[in-house]
Amino acid sequence: MSAISREEVAHLARLSRLAVTEEELDTFAGQLDVILQAVARVGEVVAADIPPTSHSVPLTNVLRDDVVQPCLNREEVLAGAPDAEEDRFRVPRILDEDEPPSPRGEGVPAAEGKA
Amino acid sequence: MSDVTRMTASEIAALVARGEVSAVEVTQAHLDRIAAVDDRVHAFLHVDAERALAAARAVDERRAAGEELGPLAGVPVAVKDVFTTKGVPTTCASKILEGWRPPYDATIVERLHAAGTVMIGKTNMDEFAMGSSTEYSAYGPTRNPWDLTRIPGGSGGGSAAALAAYEAPLAIGSDTGGSIRQPGAVTGTVGAKPTYGGTSRYGLVAFSSSLDTPGPCARTVLDAALLHAAIGGHDPRDSTSIPQPVPDVVGAARAGASGDLSGVRLGLVAEFSGEGAEPGVMAAFRDAVDTLTKLGAEVVEVSCPHFEYALPAYYLIAPSECSSNLARFDGVRYGLRVGDDGSRSLEEVMSLTRDAGFGPEVKRRIMIGTYALSSGYYDAYYGQAQKVRTLITRDFTAAFEKVDVLVSPTTPFVAFPFGSRTADPYQMYLADLFTIPTNLYGGPGISVPCGLSEGLPVGLQIMAPTMADDRMYRVAAALESAVGTLTPPEL
Repeated sequence: MSAISREEVAHLARLSRLAVTEEELDTFAGQLDVILQAVARVGEVVAADIPPTSHSVPLTNVLRDDVVQPCLNREEVLAGAPDAEEDRFRVPRILDEDEPPSPRGEGVPAAEGKA
Repeated sequence: MSDVTRMTASEIAALVARGEVSAVEVTQAHLDRIAAVDDRVHAFLHVDAERALAAARAVDERRAAGEELGPLAGVPVAVKDVFTTKGVPTTCASKILEGWRPPYDATIVERLHAAGTVMIGKTNMDEFAMGSSTEYSAYGPTRNPWDLTRIPGGSGGGSAAALAAYEAPLAIGSDTGGSIRQPGAVTGTVGAKPTYGGTSRYGLVAFSSSLDTPGPCARTVLDAALLHAAIGGHDPRDSTSIPQPVPDVVGAARAGASGDLSGVRLGLVAEFSGEGAEPGVMAAFRDAVDTLTKLGAEVVEVSCPHFEYALPAYYLIAPSECSSNLARFDGVRYGLRVGDDGSRSLEEVMSLTRDAGFGPEVKRRIMIGTYALSSGYYDAYYGQAQKVRTLITRDFTAAFEKVDVLVSPTTPFVAFPFGSRTADPYQMYLADLFTIPTNLYGGPGISVPCGLSEGLPVGLQIMAPTMADDRMYRVAAALESAVGTLTPPEL
């Protein structure tokens, strides 16, 4: 029995923001199935009462002194971006044109500060 | 003057300190060697001769001014392309970061500069450190200097191959599931994964944050220890950095070189008795254990019953963390952007960018991680894997009550031919069988050459308790003193 279907892989690709092709889907469906069946072996371990470990270092709430530190140079940071405008990262359109603006979106034009 | 590219880092540093050779001459000799062999080996993604020579000149000037130089000053070092280097391209061997020049240095890189080492270039790797062969590099694989038709290990195959090809005497790697130790084993070099938190992750491009560990690669145990001491120690910019000094790894390497292991208890893991490993690898491993016994070590068999679940647990935990960490590659802040023609939404541009920029193994792991973290599957996969991680840690803790270190082969098989494990991705994952438990536990591990099988190098892995990195260096140096280093055939 397979652990994952082609449709589920397509769903995962959407969640992962990967515009995979039909051909990639065929390849990945088989490979992910093999991997998931192998890793599912963790289920054989009886561990109901075992606490999980997220991290091997027993440190919590690591704080630093509240002292101003130099930050990265803005020009150097933006120089590495695919697109920048007015000292900011420029992003593609976020709202669809036919999509009504969300309540939060009403404040956007004023906040853009382009005027 | 004999060929400096064949010398150890400590020999080079001593000559530079005495003024018998300049750091510029040492750097130029390695640049010449890279020019002569790297078209065949392809250990490097980026070599910056001008920058390296300028750094070398600075060391020579400091010496001329009468400054005391550190134990690695003037020694070239190759850095895995997963560490940010200010103004120097950092790709993680991915198309999604092609051409990106970071605005800051990783802590490890800062410390390399402070130690007076000369960064000679950035080395090839599996994309985002996911793989065991460098075949998943978006810029073509690195070839093993022992046999150019075979893999150099991965993900840090470029760093290991640069050492074995005499292109650099020192290199930096990162180890999430074996990416320093496994390449070390299959190239006949030394690779150490420090205790998690013992070396800073600041500026190490994150793959699996609870496992990623920067570490040293070298041709001798002492050189690895010197590099470990130079890069290790607390860093306030990494919240998982352990606020304690680095154990005395250099002292331990020097002590071990005497070849006396009296009083050291070695643990053989019963569950690593050879299933899934090549007979030639197991034979070389058993010979190495015999050698360590002759040096005075006592051998004790210990049971670590949950180690057999380490591989499946790792291949849930690491992809889960990767699916979250790699969300930052969204086509906005760095690197590639695809399809932004004004007609597409942010989400469409993001998806097209990530599909074009990531290679197949990265995509597989992102999707596996997304699956393991999704509601309905979380408890059975990610949650259960984290519980198994606890049990593996308990196995280690119990074993270290009986023994000082654990030993095993580093890898189940010697360097394999290109293409032999790419069709079935899970076959590639098996390369990490012996190295992964240490990452889940967080302790240190080192691979040291122990012999040959089919004419190819075999590594012995030594695992120690957390923050007892010195123990593994002592045992590794003792083995090295008995079996010597391995020399690959001339390229």
